[in-house]
Amino acid sequence: MLREGKLRIPSGCAISGIIDRKRNKFNGEEIIKSIALMHDRSNGLGGGFAAYGIYPSYKDFYALHIFYESLSVKAQTENFIKRHFDVEKAESIPTRPVLSIVNIPLIWRYFVRPQAQACVSKDDCVDESDFTSKCVIKINTDYEGAYVFSSGKNMGTFKGVGYPEDIGEFFMLDTYEAHMWTAHGRFPTNTPGWWGGAHPFTILNWSVVHNGEISSYDTNRRFVEMYGYKCTLKTDTEVITYLFDMLVRKHKLPIEKAIKVVSAPFWDDIEREKSEEVKNELKSIRAVYANALVNGPFSIILGYEKGMIALNDRIKLRPLVAAEKGNRIYVASEESAIRIICNNPERVWSPRGGEPVVVLLEGEQE
Amino acid sequence: METIDALNVCYYDLNSLIDNSIETDNNDITLKNVFGQRYIGRGLPKKAKLKIYGTPGNDMAAYMDGAEIEVFGNSQDAVGNTMNYGKIVIHGNCGDTLGYAMRGGEIYVEGNVGYRVGIHMKEYKEMKPVIVIGGKAGDFLGEYMAGGVIILLGLNLVKGEDVIGRFCGTGMHGGVIYLNGSPDEYKFGKEIVKSVDVTDEDILFLREHINFYKKMFNKQLDNLKIEVFSKYVAVNKNPYLNMYCTY
Repeated sequence: MLREGKLRIPSGCAISGIIDRKRNKFNGEEIIKSIALMHDRSNGLGGGFAAYGIYPSYKDFYALHIFYESLSVKAQTENFIKRHFDVEKAESIPTRPVLSIVNIPLIWRYFVRPQAQACVSKDDCVDESDFTSKCVIKINTDYEGAYVFSSGKNMGTFKGVGYPEDIGEFFMLDTYEAHMWTAHGRFPTNTPGWWGGAHPFTILNWSVVHNGEISSYDTNRRFVEMYGYKCTLKTDTEVITYLFDMLVRKHKLPIEKAIKVVSAPFWDDIEREKSEEVKNELKSIRAVYANALVNGPFSIILGYEKGMIALNDRIKLRPLVAAEKGNRIYVASEESAIRIICNNPERVWSPRGGEPVVVLLEGEQE
Repeated sequence: METIDALNVCYYDLNSLIDNSIETDNNDITLKNVFGQRYIGRGLPKKAKLKIYGTPGNDMAAYMDGAEIEVFGNSQDAVGNTMNYGKIVIHGNCGDTLGYAMRGGEIYVEGNVGYRVGIHMKEYKEMKPVIVIGGKAGDFLGEYMAGGVIILLGLNLVKGEDVIGRFCGTGMHGGVIYLNGSPDEYKFGKEIVKSVDVTDEDILFLREHINFYKKMFNKQLDNLKIEVFSKYVAVNKNPYLNMYCTY
């Protein structure tokens, strides 16, 4: 074994995202090329992608992507799914053999719709999406060896243990067409790399890829668990996904306010704010959602049905670069990862800490 | 004169190619199609001269020992990390932590730079690192700065934009920062203060480095007035003297 000083792993996680605002679709080759350029930021213990717009023929169905560790848990989980959903289609997710991708779980997907009677029979169930997210959390909590790693409509995540470019090859992402892609190369710092722990983390249409560490994880976790979420994936990023789902879908906050919650302005910046109205609003946000403030170094890319958001922690402890060309916006940990797939961008910039890059699809409003 | 096409070449191999070239005394090296390869120019000696086309990766010129590097494009993070001697000229913008723990040499950036530029720069006797930036800087400029000089020209700012971000000079205990203008006080850390003592020597130093900037980037800068520059220094040169041991 090589001793310290003899071996250097110059890693630090990588993220990348591409969105076409006019919803023109393109396959996964570009995002793979972008994330592969930052190969040395990850260490082969996790790679993954989120793709939006890939299931147009099933766009009204929730697409559940599930890892199973055994056939028996698969049978049990499928039994649960059949009792709560109408299953339009069930199939194993196509893969191609890649030498470096090993210890592969069973990987299945289901296009489903909540059963009407199942939805009304639960007192605290308000709508389909709420019902679906509850079922996802139920499977991830109660069915050991089964992990729902994607549950949105007309979108899907593809992830596993390996370098991201190998994971992309394994899941045949060149055969999918999406209007938005995000990607992650992982260098796990606090947990062993495992299939469920790779990024992106998703709930319904939300997906998050993350470079960094969340020091406030436990505070945030306790906060979202009060609202029915369960953090089951043994890694900090998961909680950001639930925070956004809770703030935007359940609490109906506009996205720019949700961003102010997780990346709140400093108190002295609020004090200097000239408008009393804005000042009071920011103070309320910090008071009401004190436990949803995400602290620690992070750069994240969030995907959802309306578009893409890239965000840094307030003091920019992780890198993030953005670029624009035509209908497309690119974000990545390194500028070179954008330039390798985008010749002569019209604009390249480094977003300030806490200042989000919000890219909405044409026709969408905050 | 050696030209290396860096497209799809791994950083390790690219740096070996550069080393091999210098070993055979081919010291003028042009790199083309650079996309994010790390550590380019690390530890290179005085005789080496690199021209880089593309986007060099993180830690460019780390521990550099006298070489000259000219980049035609933007650079990424941690350029000049702990470099000793030499000169870097960047025809573009630069990322975060430029000049990280820099110990000597000079860096010129035509455009803007990111967060934590000049973090923990230091100087000792004749070694005095200098960073000259044409545009603006992000937050934490000169954080924990212990020596050396940072000059910010603040060219091409949009109206309402400031030459620095917040927390400038936080934890600073040495060195000098010259800024074009005088930003609001709240943008600075507790450990940095505006100096009233701007000497002829300061003016001379500024003029000399601004002239080099003009020459390298082929700019006139007729409207740039050295009189409006302000000088910032550390409040206390040794704030923690008594923290770990008392004399």
